[in-house]
Amino acid sequence: MPAVAGPRAHRVSIITIAFLAAFVIGVLVLIAADVFYRAPDVMLEAVLAALRSPEIRHAVRLSLITSAITLLLVIGVSTPVGYALSRYRFPGSVVLDAIVDLPIVLPPVVVGVSLLVFFRTAVGQWIESVPGLQFVYTPQGIVLCQFVMSASYGIRASKAAFDSVDRRLESLALTLGCTHGQALRWVALPMARGGLAAGAVMAWARAVGVFGPLMIFAGAVRMKTEVMPTAVYLELSIGRVEPALAVSMLMLAIAMVALVLIHALGQAYRWWGV
Amino acid sequence: MIQIRGLAFRAGDFSVRDVTLDVATGEYFVLLGPNGSGKTLLIHCLCGLQRAESGSIAIGGRDVTRSEPRFRRVGYVPQDYGLFPHLDVARNVTFALRAAGLSLADALHKVAPLVEMLHLAKLMDHSPQTLSGGERQKVALARAMALQPQLLLLDEPVSALDGPTRAEVLQQLRHVQRQFAVTTIHVCHSIDEAEAVADRAGVMIDGRLVQTGRLAELIQNPAGAEVARLLQVGRKS
Repeated sequence: MPAVAGPRAHRVSIITIAFLAAFVIGVLVLIAADVFYRAPDVMLEAVLAALRSPEIRHAVRLSLITSAITLLLVIGVSTPVGYALSRYRFPGSVVLDAIVDLPIVLPPVVVGVSLLVFFRTAVGQWIESVPGLQFVYTPQGIVLCQFVMSASYGIRASKAAFDSVDRRLESLALTLGCTHGQALRWVALPMARGGLAAGAVMAWARAVGVFGPLMIFAGAVRMKTEVMPTAVYLELSIGRVEPALAVSMLMLAIAMVALVLIHALGQAYRWWGV
Repeated sequence: MIQIRGLAFRAGDFSVRDVTLDVATGEYFVLLGPNGSGKTLLIHCLCGLQRAESGSIAIGGRDVTRSEPRFRRVGYVPQDYGLFPHLDVARNVTFALRAAGLSLADALHKVAPLVEMLHLAKLMDHSPQTLSGGERQKVALARAMALQPQLLLLDEPVSALDGPTRAEVLQQLRHVQRQFAVTTIHVCHSIDEAEAVADRAGVMIDGRLVQTGRLAELIQNPAGAEVARLLQVGRKS
């Protein structure tokens, strides 16, 4: 908003900024509660001890591996789906657009139950019978849960990224001898790459934090299907607050890195003039 | 030779009806008309970005009515120039040649005469965002001409430029058009602009091409009050 003559502070600015400050303070208090739950040296020792624990190391490793696979899957699926939603209108496209958002609004537990029930149907049983495609209570199941919970975010970001690319430039590329595929590859994708990357980071951060569906569909078996969120739960369930906090710190650090990346990519996105 | 016969199509609530036009090889044809008369839609139809419902378009004796844009050999410069913001000037200018499979070096070699003619050599590593309006126009023209099209379509190419730049760019447009002897259709609504470049002109009103001929003929014998009014208004603008 341009600088308007008159007092800088007025009722609307004071009230809205007060709400903003209260929200930010609330978030910082939550983080501070984790960080300062124990004296800094005690917390540091707890984090190091957690990182030395074979179970926690396994959980961290499994989290990073499964979320990396999920990230690749999300990029592979969300890019074409986001492009289709952004560019094409056909009967039912509005309904499809809404269905894509469904996993975002569904309670996570319902996603877990739905997956479990699906794999008890004939189709699910058939999939499970294919060698290497066992999902229930397996690490592959973790990837599936993470994918279902995070793909919608990737698709939404992908659609927004392609929406921001002037489609006339793709049309122009057609007049310059491009096929539709070349116009996508040389115009739409490079111009949308900042938004696509930011969406991928957001989906990855979401995948790392998935908990509810995992508990139901993949379980929380130590050294088998235990990932960081389930490690927090398992440690707390046996009264070990410090290791739980240590893993939480790790997840907090990952979330912060993701946030910085999203903002950096968003800046790059604007810099490219898209 | 461009031959358009009974061309008709709809775009939303607007329709272009029964457009018939011949433009000779190497001719510079200016299409005049008020805003919303369908000039840009007609250009889109000629370059394949708008599907024709009936009628035909032949470019160099080849029927392209149903052809994809990439097979038409038409160069198109849109009103806002449509430069690719993620590519530098060199990659914008060589875009069509690289789409055809040439390496950047080979493509640059091929467009060198065009680059020299339009004085673009110093700008080749610049981003389009850093260019002035006149420079952008020249880059867009070079990009459209790189594949040596049989038909060049210019949609209000100087409308966003200031007076002196406008005159300079019009002169360059005419120079490039003559050098390459490319058949050109230039859309605008200024008679002064048309006088600077046109071999022949046409007037489009409400989706119909109502009159074509030499500009002097149009001014002396307008086909109706609407054309007369347009030509008078166009003279003032």
